[in-house]
Amino acid sequence: MAEIELRGIEKRYGETPILKGVSLKIKDGEFLTLVGPSGCGKSTLLRIISGLEDQDAGEVSVGGRPVDGARPKDRDVAMVFQSYALYPHLTVFDNIALPLRTRQLSFVQRLPLIGPLVPGRAGIERSIRVEVEQAAVMLDVAQLLHRKPGELSGGQRQRVALGRAMVRRPTVFLMDEPLSNLDARLRVQMRTEITSLHRRLGVTFVYVTHDQSEAMTMANRVAVMMAGELLQVGPPEELYRDPQDLRVAEMIGSPKINIVTRAHWTDNRSVLSAALAPQTRRLAFRPEAAVLTTPADELPNGTVTTLENLGSDIFVHVALRDGPETVVVRTAPDERRFSLGCTVGLKINAARLMQFDEAGRRCGDIERVAA
Amino acid sequence: MSARRPGYQLAGRIARHALLAVSATFALLPFVWMISLSLKPPDEIFQPDFHLWPKTFQGVENYRVALTAAPMLRFLLNGVFVCATIFVLQLMVCVPCAYALAKLRFRGRDTLFSAVLVGLLLPPQALAIPHFVLLYGFGLLDTYAALILPWIISAFGIFLLRQFFRSIPDEIIHAARLDGLGEFEIIWRIMMPMSAPALAAFGVFSVVAHWNDLFWPLIAVRAEDISTPALGILLFRDDEAGQFLGPLMAGATIIVAPLLLAFLLAQRRFIDGLATTAMK
Amino acid sequence: MSLTASIQNPIRSVVRRRHRTREAAIGWLAVSPASILLICLLFGPAAAVILFSFTDWQLGAATFRFIGTENFAALWADPPFWKALINTCLYVAIVVPGTVGLGLAAALLIEASPGLRGFYRAVHFLPVMSTMSAMAVVWGTMLHPSIGLVNRVLAAFGVAGINWLRDERTALLALALIGIWQGFGFAMVLFVSGLKAVPQQLYDAAAVDGADGLVDRLRIVTLPMLGPVTMFVIILSASRAFEVFDSVRVLTQGGPNYASEVLLNRLYSESFDYLRTGYGAALTVVYLAIVIALTLAQARFIERRVHYS
Repeated sequence: MAEIELRGIEKRYGETPILKGVSLKIKDGEFLTLVGPSGCGKSTLLRIISGLEDQDAGEVSVGGRPVDGARPKDRDVAMVFQSYALYPHLTVFDNIALPLRTRQLSFVQRLPLIGPLVPGRAGIERSIRVEVEQAAVMLDVAQLLHRKPGELSGGQRQRVALGRAMVRRPTVFLMDEPLSNLDARLRVQMRTEITSLHRRLGVTFVYVTHDQSEAMTMANRVAVMMAGELLQVGPPEELYRDPQDLRVAEMIGSPKINIVTRAHWTDNRSVLSAALAPQTRRLAFRPEAAVLTTPADELPNGTVTTLENLGSDIFVHVALRDGPETVVVRTAPDERRFSLGCTVGLKINAARLMQFDEAGRRCGDIERVAA
Repeated sequence: MSARRPGYQLAGRIARHALLAVSATFALLPFVWMISLSLKPPDEIFQPDFHLWPKTFQGVENYRVALTAAPMLRFLLNGVFVCATIFVLQLMVCVPCAYALAKLRFRGRDTLFSAVLVGLLLPPQALAIPHFVLLYGFGLLDTYAALILPWIISAFGIFLLRQFFRSIPDEIIHAARLDGLGEFEIIWRIMMPMSAPALAAFGVFSVVAHWNDLFWPLIAVRAEDISTPALGILLFRDDEAGQFLGPLMAGATIIVAPLLLAFLLAQRRFIDGLATTAMK
Repeated sequence: MSLTASIQNPIRSVVRRRHRTREAAIGWLAVSPASILLICLLFGPAAAVILFSFTDWQLGAATFRFIGTENFAALWADPPFWKALINTCLYVAIVVPGTVGLGLAAALLIEASPGLRGFYRAVHFLPVMSTMSAMAVVWGTMLHPSIGLVNRVLAAFGVAGINWLRDERTALLALALIGIWQGFGFAMVLFVSGLKAVPQQLYDAAAVDGADGLVDRLRIVTLPMLGPVTMFVIILSASRAFEVFDSVRVLTQGGPNYASEVLLNRLYSESFDYLRTGYGAALTVVYLAIVIALTLAQARFIERRVHYS
């Protein structure tokens, strides 16, 4: 019904390329997040899907129907903006009702003064009222319908913006950083509300964010964008476990993945040298993919420089003796304690060691994973 | 949405230029007319058919008459001198006061600020009679002092600068005090440079207002040699040479030109200055 | 702990008090010129005007006596005063809609697309910057019955000319036209800054919501968002129109037969042409009262518009 297909989307502003041939299929009913640093083109891609901007090359289709050149209102998409973009002079009710009115009332019926006198309007207004009230109840803003946006808190405005988007039952929801104007506590709460809204509505969600934790916690699939290109698209756990690109590995996960340069590691480290591919330049492993032990010759050794105690975990920062890097290792509180300044050895789970070549592409260990 | 409906777009663009051409003509017409007449001999001005560009060019002669029959350049210099002096004196009075109101604690501060707010309500025209009496009493009528003195206190200037100074964080002043700067040094070395946009806005507001003012010079001054431009053009009109339209329009052009040229050279500054001072 | 605190506290408060006194001394020093001038040049004169309005003083006369509200009674019975008051209100009633309407239209058109934007803005702003007395002289020639541009154009369409500034029916109208000419560029600039403050996301939201036509965009986003600016421009142009003087003084002196008489010109004539100081002062007091009422209304409105953001 409402799968979205993008083929070879290109966009440039003057001489600057913003999107360099993006192709992506978003399944019906899926929750897909587009994540990437600011300026990577993710918002532009969303605006192209919505029709607010035209692509320079490539095609967009929504629900199997090409929509290139169609105006936003004809695409059956709804959009939620970062600043909520509520009309400040209209009440919450009128804000939510607006998309219904522009669609269901004729041009003459919408005119001020004359509009209410045109026959047929009262009936339409009645059905609009019912739908607005339904949406308001669903989003828990029913008691705010007569207020203006200026009198609402950030979270309430966010819900009204969601209400305005969902009231006309679009098949696609586009969201552009909808939570970034909220404080941290509210943001976490709204995450769950948006995911449960997605479950209830069962329509396609495309969600743009620069926050990898939002992307990981909310989506069925995550698309990582950088410099106008899609680096990898997949379920959150796949991106975390098997990033195909060093930049994806770096973006996903907190604390960040550990990256060390192969040249700094002497080849007598038996635990590593065995499986390394010849083209491998850098090695990466997650903080939980290594354990700390007593120093030993065949292990990479280092000095503890920082301890971050989060209660459930303790993150130990170790300055490696081979090379300039510092790595972070997760330890459980009930494990053996290491104090600042002591020397430790690093035992890395070879199965979870990732190898990347000169260009930052995954190599070497991939075949092993597949095997 | 740009490439979607090209025909519609083009029609809209043409309509926009057509409509704006009408209103631009309305705005420009008096200037065009003024310059056109200032280049014509008298008989051509009174001819039934009208040409924008004169058939017999008499611009040089008209401007020569305007410049010699009345001290046009003197008017302009008077305008520059009066406006500059007013602005400098306003700054000397308003800046320390605005700083103290914004950043220092002393008894009577709130009362003074309320007084400034009340002062904002008083239109200058309403004070013309007592100002006139005051200057008459001191024998200052028909002098530069008469043109300048009533304006050196500006409640509006104090208010505007005080608002701007308040937006400068206290930390900067505390840091300056720790660095050993005295309060007046802080005003001069820190507040003034940091509030350059506000000072520029107030400057534009003050200069434009006093350059164009007619009401007060008409009251305070009779002598030709200290007239400001706005008054000067009227003196010239009532003069013998001013009976001829060519020279009169040439005179008007000379009077109007300096401020318009200044505006065209620094449009942004003027527009922003006047818009921000209007918004307060 | 508590011992050291009790020892330190008095010392600290003495230091702080000395610091406070120094700061206050500097504060008083800094505000003293302004305070003295405020009293001598603003509040003193304002009080003097009110005082004069209760006397029969004539400028230059050695003596005067208090005559109570006689000046105000005379004012009340003076037809030219009423004529001036009504004309001023009429002038405001013509100039304000003209200025606001034309300014808004120009701003919308200028901001609609980037072509020649800077040029149009500068051109429309030129009248705002021009010296009114000189431009009034120019307008006088444009409205001249025989050689004026306006009548020449009318003649080209076969319409008989009017002596605009000497005709009782048209004098005030002609002055209002000049007022609009001078003021609408300023209104345009204020509207443009209002338009620039409308967030693009609102237009995007409207487009997604189905309002992407010219009329819908104006109705749903642009005009409501310009509401506060519009109110502001109305108040501003009203108080400017209320102060009309230059064009009247230069072109009609209130004539013919008081047809274009306005308050400030009346005030000027009584006070400085006829030197009837007491009477002029009474007129000034009335003028002052009206201006203050208008300004307070403006301040009240600006306070009220906060909830819009």
